[in-house]
Amino acid sequence: MAVDEGLKIELGKQGIFVTSLQELYNWGRRNSVWPMQFGLACCAIEMIATTMARYDMARFGAEVFRPSPRQADMMIISGTVTKKMAPQVVRLYNQMAEPKYVIAMGACAISGGPFKQGYNVLKGIDRYIPVDVHIPGCPPRPEALLQALITLQKKIDGQHLTGEDRPRFLNAEAQSEFPVPEQGAHDLEPTSNTGVWPVPLVIR
Amino acid sequence: MASNPYFSLTVLFAAALGFGLAPLALAWLWARVFSPPKPNAIKNAIYECGLESKGDAWVQFRSAYYLYAIIFLVFDVEAVFLLPFAVAFTGLGLDACLAMLVFVLLLVEGLAWAWAKGVLTWA
Repeated sequence: MAVDEGLKIELGKQGIFVTSLQELYNWGRRNSVWPMQFGLACCAIEMIATTMARYDMARFGAEVFRPSPRQADMMIISGTVTKKMAPQVVRLYNQMAEPKYVIAMGACAISGGPFKQGYNVLKGIDRYIPVDVHIPGCPPRPEALLQALITLQKKIDGQHLTGEDRPRFLNAEAQSEFPVPEQGAHDLEPTSNTGVWPVPLVIR
Repeated sequence: MASNPYFSLTVLFAAALGFGLAPLALAWLWARVFSPPKPNAIKNAIYECGLESKGDAWVQFRSAYYLYAIIFLVFDVEAVFLLPFAVAFTGLGLDACLAMLVFVLLLVEGLAWAWAKGVLTWA
């Protein structure tokens, strides 16, 4: 940074606003994260409550729920992802425009939650798509979802537009397509996408 | 040039054109230069509800739907006129009654014609 933090604050006191293109860009992006409008299970009820007047997600610029993945920036996996639904969720994620973010809301979206042992329940959506924020809870309270959004905003704010650690959407070589799983004989195939989720070693 | 009576019109026309085209041009510029393009086959697919689209969007609808809609109009229009007719019935003269009956008969005739043509059978 050409201007150091102290000088910037000092100039701000004098009424001179100094910013960088990166800060301005990230400020704009983090304050208008439009979620995609879809709910999977009971967590969706909490998600709906979060958008309503009492919790008022609009305070953070994320009230515009888009019914099309083309217009959405953030996917809230609100509830149990069944193996029947998982391909659709992954396809919708693929159809969202970059930059895109994912919040895994609740125990089910993270790991399968109370239904983990179910034959039809996906044990965490992070097997197929990269998740930015996980929020535990069954279901998480609306405050927790707001916390997740604020965490995501902080993450967006800290992203560098250039350099090696730049986010995926600015890196031409980075992976952008996450294969959609298909229904196999016993499970989804593949059971996880490579590079997204490290398969844990089961020691028996 | 400024003395030309069409000068102000030309200026306004140019401004109006710019007003319409500038946002389009900006959007195009933004999409071409700044937006991070990461296209892939899934993203470029046509359907947007998570499911893959099947078949063709160019399908034919049965013409029977349209015939039914048109015949529905017989009853629809009839109801609109029948209600005021029924309300004012006691105060009506003979000629008004006759005119109304002719009107109803015309509609019934249309229905009978459609019936005879076999439009009412859904096949």
